[in-house]
Amino acid sequence: MFIIICPYCGERDQTEFSSGGEAHIVRPKQPTELSDDEWAEFLFMRKNIKGIQFERWNHSHGCRKWFNVVRDTSNDKIHAVYKMGEKPPINK
Amino acid sequence: MSQELRINNNKFIDQTIRLSFKFNGEKLYGYKGDTLASALLANNIHLVGRSFKYHRPRGIMTCGSEEPNAIVQIGKDPSLTDPNVRATEIELYEGLEAFSQNCWPNVKFDIGGINNLLSPLLPAGFYYKTFMWPASFWEKYEFFIRHSAGLGKSPSKPDPDIYDHKYYHCDVLVVGGGISGIIAAKLSAENNNETLLLDDKNTLGGTTIYQKNDCFQINGTYTNYWLEKEINNIKNIKNLTIKTRTSLAAYHGYNYLLAKENLTDHLNPDERKDKIRQRLWKIRAKKVIIATGSIERPLIFNNNDRPGIMLSSAIKKFIDFYGVKTGKEISLFTNNDSAYETAISLKKSGVNIVSIIDIRDISSSKIVKEVEKLNIKIYWKHTVVNTEGYRRISFIEIMQLSDDGSGVIGKKIKLKSDCLGISGGWTPMVHLFTQSGGKLKFRSDDNVFLPDKSKTPSDQISIGSCNGDFDIKDIILNSNKEVKTFLGIKNSSFDNLKVESSNEEKKKNIWLLPSDKPIGKTKPFLDFQNDSTAKDVKLALREGFKSIEHVKRYTTTGMGTDQGKLSNMHALGIIAETTGTNMGELGTTTFRPPYTPLTFGAIVGRNVGEFFDHTRKTAMHNWHVQNKAKFENVGQWKRAWYYPKNGESMFEAVQRESKAARESVGILDASTLGKIDIQGTDASEFLNRVYTNAWSKLAIGKCRYGLMLNEDGMVYDDGVTTRLGENRYIMTTTTGGAANVLSKLEDYLQTEWPELDVYLTTVTDHFSTISICGPNSKKILNKVIPYLDLSNENFPHMSFKNSKINGIKCRVMRISFTGEHSYEINIQSNYSKNVWEMCMNAGKDYNITPYGTETMHLLRAEKGFIITGQDTDGTMTPSDLQMDWIIGKKKFDFIGKRSLYRSDTIRDDRKQLVGLLTDDPKEILEEGAQIVEKLNQKPVEMLGHVTSSYFSPNLNKSIALAVMKSGKKLKGKKFFVPMENKNINVTVTDTVFFDKENKRLNA
Repeated sequence: MFIIICPYCGERDQTEFSSGGEAHIVRPKQPTELSDDEWAEFLFMRKNIKGIQFERWNHSHGCRKWFNVVRDTSNDKIHAVYKMGEKPPINK
Repeated sequence: MSQELRINNNKFIDQTIRLSFKFNGEKLYGYKGDTLASALLANNIHLVGRSFKYHRPRGIMTCGSEEPNAIVQIGKDPSLTDPNVRATEIELYEGLEAFSQNCWPNVKFDIGGINNLLSPLLPAGFYYKTFMWPASFWEKYEFFIRHSAGLGKSPSKPDPDIYDHKYYHCDVLVVGGGISGIIAAKLSAENNNETLLLDDKNTLGGTTIYQKNDCFQINGTYTNYWLEKEINNIKNIKNLTIKTRTSLAAYHGYNYLLAKENLTDHLNPDERKDKIRQRLWKIRAKKVIIATGSIERPLIFNNNDRPGIMLSSAIKKFIDFYGVKTGKEISLFTNNDSAYETAISLKKSGVNIVSIIDIRDISSSKIVKEVEKLNIKIYWKHTVVNTEGYRRISFIEIMQLSDDGSGVIGKKIKLKSDCLGISGGWTPMVHLFTQSGGKLKFRSDDNVFLPDKSKTPSDQISIGSCNGDFDIKDIILNSNKEVKTFLGIKNSSFDNLKVESSNEEKKKNIWLLPSDKPIGKTKPFLDFQNDSTAKDVKLALREGFKSIEHVKRYTTTGMGTDQGKLSNMHALGIIAETTGTNMGELGTTTFRPPYTPLTFGAIVGRNVGEFFDHTRKTAMHNWHVQNKAKFENVGQWKRAWYYPKNGESMFEAVQRESKAARESVGILDASTLGKIDIQGTDASEFLNRVYTNAWSKLAIGKCRYGLMLNEDGMVYDDGVTTRLGENRYIMTTTTGGAANVLSKLEDYLQTEWPELDVYLTTVTDHFSTISICGPNSKKILNKVIPYLDLSNENFPHMSFKNSKINGIKCRVMRISFTGEHSYEINIQSNYSKNVWEMCMNAGKDYNITPYGTETMHLLRAEKGFIITGQDTDGTMTPSDLQMDWIIGKKKFDFIGKRSLYRSDTIRDDRKQLVGLLTDDPKEILEEGAQIVEKLNQKPVEMLGHVTSSYFSPNLNKSIALAVMKSGKKLKGKKFFVPMENKNINVTVTDTVFFDKENKRLNA
């Protein structure tokens, strides 16, 4: 039960948010040009890191905005929070 | 019964208030301030239960939450009875009724006790080994195992008590109100920190509050007097909130902690009325100070489980705090100096101490010298090798230890004792620390696991004996120092205390004490509740178990309701010793929350009954209720299901409603469908991307059905979207999918296509939808909105008009989910019930028939229209549904498009939607039934299953939709639907059963 600092609303309890999985997976601009394998890579393959992970979160019981979170999955420590489209403040 | 075991001690026990209670039906008395355990002991009752496996008689062993034996059932009321309550924790009240658990017919004579005689046949893993074979017998074994297992009985009726939740934020949370907790709370609150102090007992002060011993003094007074004064002082500090009877259950990340406050469990039933029973505190603390103390370890020797064998510290609390003698001839058995404190307390209260058996060679600490002065016989370098007495200990047998401690020598001495205090040193309570993510380190001097300071999250500390300080001097000085550093405090009122202590000497540790008998002939219990012995642990090791987690599960050591608070350290010690491993490397088992059990009531709080989940009702709900609708739950919505008339069955009502809708006119409350208002200059482009079909060319005022996929190409949701203006649409979604569709669309807009100028607003609750369908629907609408031109030219199928009813704006769509000529009126919700009633009035002459969701499902099935979530299950592509026509193949892209030609989605043997007709038209298939081709094949190949099935009154035959492997190729073929008693013959057909030419849409 951690606390997330929503970049739009500020400090809120985790229960207000929902997780959207790994961040920075860009939807291909021209999916039709991809092979089955390339499309499957986008569609199915996700990392499950023990340690620093870049994730998408949604303030679903708040402003409903999506944003990115850098979280250490081993201790839930959140190292950074930043808006969609912004560069990660920590190197990936 | 007389109270000859009671001494005058009215500090904590109010002997002017006598309380009567019943234990196993026997009426007994105690005093206000007693726990059930102390009251039983005052009545000379030690035997309170039977052990889990061997049904051995067991007695009260401790005085706190670590109690493994004295687990009782409270009360008989089927809705209030409380199982697995620790007699050492429950406070006595007038009329308390308690029962022993796990024994039959009674605790004094228990038939299960035969297991004790059979115990050589019941080693560790016995159940796993024996009941494995033959596999088909498991069901029979299980019946007997379940029958003979189990502790208390859960209540059989709903819980009438009120439970509460409270959210709390503070600067500093102090867990534990013993001496170090009091020091911490005072320092914290005095230095402007909003502080919360919790203790699970009803009085503060821990063990020091009853420590009145010459060896332990602070500034020249007894430690208990000093602490009492401090406690009185802190009660007036403004920033400090103190909660007693509140036990910390869980310590989660980010200093989020759960605590359970008991508010009425100590009151008699009359005083409890209308009060909240328990409150769950949900605490966020900026900083946490853990001062949870330590619990005494038992010693592991032959027959160490008899009633009357107790922790030495418990005997001390019973005499010093409750004023109860736990026996008349008490012996103490120890490996450290703590037992000598008990000896002095007992002697002062006039209890005869038979002897002290100490496994050490000698100790010359102050307190031992005090005891020697009292002429108490001490057997140095001796151990207890056996005990006697079935329902209560009567004799102990002791022998001298060999020099290396591995065996015994010399002559056996037999001593008469009706109570034996055991003391194996102390175990810091590090549960909360590890729950929070802290790591432990091992201190080999006295074999304890302690919080590792270098691996402690920065916003917490552990102080006092849970941090490994056992001497009062260390506890006070270190607690003061640590709290000052932690909270950044310069000067403290505890800086210049003069503390005197006994200067304890080192304990001598032998995990499993030797006996004169071979180990196979002894019963040295480790886990008293689960009856696992040191032998069992050794057997598990011989059988190849190495990990402590595996040994724990195989032997069940530490798996009882006490969660191994007493047994874990010895199990670890024996494993380490036997395998030649260092205990620090071995590690501990995981400490999981809750620290002590929580009631379900406390967990759910007020979220019960109608508050368990939101119920959503449409604006016309009361009309449906008045017209005797039966309701079904769709997500959180209550939807009218059908409207039985004159005692009709559901089947009869649905048949009537379905016929009326096709023959004249039906009316449906469709308000629950999700409605999303879509605006922005890119709204058309957005729809192009989220739906499979093309939207750019949809004219203003027109409606279109759309199918939405997941990125994996599977059908996700469907509905009709209407173009209200150049840059504005209203989308409808399924009832259950509304919230998820909105979230999904928001996700794409915000993360993938932020360049699109599109805004989404949910308007599901704002507009109600009244659907009127059937050949006479036009006549109804004409009466309700007379000036609206309903001609096919002006208002064709799949179009919409803005209109007004009695001056109130509304939107009318001509769309159909039944295949009939039909309209949907969308109007602001607060007017909709009126409009519904207007429609009902207008339809009187046409037998207008309200119908519910079941009829809606039947009518659409006649037309072969799918319901997402019923005919689809997240594995169906549009092509699988025979809906290839809806895929905009020329479109550049839409969500899921690329997945439609992955190697897996283009397989032609995927499950595909088909129609099914039973050979016997009266036979109705069951939804979910499997479809097979060959009846005698083993294993039979499942070709698919029925997804929708109804008896169609309009076709006078049974119809069904199903998904079948290669279904598209199976038209006309015959299959079987095998049921429990018969096999039903079916034929695959087209999915559209009724009005294949869609003539009725314009009828």
